[in-house]
Amino acid sequence: MSALEVLAPGLLSSLQDAGRPGWAHLGIGRSGAADQPALQLANALVGNPLSACAIECTLRGPKLRLHRDAHVALTGAPLPRARCNDAPMPMWASVWCPAGSELDLGPMMSGCRSYLAIEGGLEVEPWLGSRSVDLNAGLGPLEGRALRAGDHLSIGARRLPDRAVSGWSLDPRPWFIDPATDAPLRLMQSRHTAALDAASHATLLRSGFRVAADSNRVGVRLEVEHPLQAPSVGECISEGVVAGVMQLPPGGQPILLGAEHPVTGGYPRIAQLAGVDLPRLAQCRPGDVVRFAWIDPSKARDALAEQQRSLDDLCRNIARRLEQGA
Amino acid sequence: MHVAFETLDEHSILLRLADTIDPEVNARVHALATALRAADLPRLRDLVPAYASLLLRFDAPTPGRADDDLRARIETVVNDPEAWPVAFEQGAWHRIPVCYDITHGEDVAAVAEALDLSVEDVVRRHSAAEYRVAMLGFAPGFAYLLGMDPSLAMPRRATPRTRVPAGSIAIGGAQTGIYPRELPGGWQLIGRTPLSMFDPFDDARPCRLAPGDRVQFEPIDPDAFERLQRESGA
Repeated sequence: MSALEVLAPGLLSSLQDAGRPGWAHLGIGRSGAADQPALQLANALVGNPLSACAIECTLRGPKLRLHRDAHVALTGAPLPRARCNDAPMPMWASVWCPAGSELDLGPMMSGCRSYLAIEGGLEVEPWLGSRSVDLNAGLGPLEGRALRAGDHLSIGARRLPDRAVSGWSLDPRPWFIDPATDAPLRLMQSRHTAALDAASHATLLRSGFRVAADSNRVGVRLEVEHPLQAPSVGECISEGVVAGVMQLPPGGQPILLGAEHPVTGGYPRIAQLAGVDLPRLAQCRPGDVVRFAWIDPSKARDALAEQQRSLDDLCRNIARRLEQGA
Repeated sequence: MHVAFETLDEHSILLRLADTIDPEVNARVHALATALRAADLPRLRDLVPAYASLLLRFDAPTPGRADDDLRARIETVVNDPEAWPVAFEQGAWHRIPVCYDITHGEDVAAVAEALDLSVEDVVRRHSAAEYRVAMLGFAPGFAYLLGMDPSLAMPRRATPRTRVPAGSIAIGGAQTGIYPRELPGGWQLIGRTPLSMFDPFDDARPCRLAPGDRVQFEPIDPDAFERLQRESGA
């Protein structure tokens, strides 16, 4: 029985969860939500396992009808016009929606991706252990495609009592930080950093990089006024890559690999985005101008561990409040 | 053989054996991969062989310091190549039937002409070699095979095709490859196998070929292609 009906899909909405690790040796990437903390917090707010399947929306959210009672939660990029049955819908909060509710998420004014978690999680047949859609490969649930009008989705069993929560929401900071207006994205040095010439080094640190229109879940393409000089490192042969790798193709405009990155790559790797900033990479919106700064790998490691600790703490606190019916 | 360690991100280490595309180096990569799998490293989630390197990705951040226990365990395996399995014995064998007829490999005549060979020569040389799956990449299940007769090396097409049929056997530079599904692609198409190379509904083994596997091609005619394709339900 359908529990969720897609009335209008928005610009690009897809089913995403924690991703599909463990298959990269077969050329099958992880995929999964680009902004993992936002996914986990949305799930925590409706009492789901943190890795449950939710909807990742891009730039403009979908219009949906719920055919049964459920709590829902919105996180990620701000959706100032989101409505549930004509009432404004708060983000970073658990919202009670009775059966028949219509959710209209509307546009994002900053950032790029928002997450809608529904109590019970979206129940589609997993592929290789994950319900994430790999849009680039066209694989995963829903034949590997984005949501479209007329889709009907099932929802898993509810866990919370009716109207379990009221009136509180999370502080979006530091879980949404606009990449365009805030601190620079932090880069670690990588295999070919030292091979960049002095002018390219200076450009990397001092110039603004515009997020190109053809950026997607595979990667964020950057445009800079004075292209970087490709390092003379001879031919690079393909080797395994990870999200956050900054590749430099011959044209001198770098690419930061995202959640749906290919498992191997052959361009020079001039930097590696610190893991703590991967969620901010997911929020880079075409047209945004971002800046970069170097970070020491041990500091990057500490920052990532700290981010993980506070995320775990927050998710535990949310679970406790839901249990107490607060 | 010296193995260089590179820390990629907070979760990953890249081991690099060389900087060349060389069947012997690649065989060593697969031998090291086998040895590392056997070492049962805690929270190792992905082990990605490429031509001359091996990416290890862990579920938890790797402390990455030289005195770290995990790093020490990896080094123990890496520094004892005598204990790696014998490289050339690694990998399952596959005999892949291929129809090299122009109806199934659109570029086969053009490739023969460019190489100044007959189509029969191309087929004979391509099917006589023993190949190893160097790595999978580009798309899920796409196998890069090393071991092609160097006289068959052929540049990629100037304009890639938007749709290459599933099962196409192709030449790209000094390598040969198999398109597991219908994909865009720029390699020269010389034949096609009726076998299904990629089955997303097989959760245990979605790809017929795994890194390090060995492959031989067996020429078949268009009738055999049709029959095998019906039988395999592909």
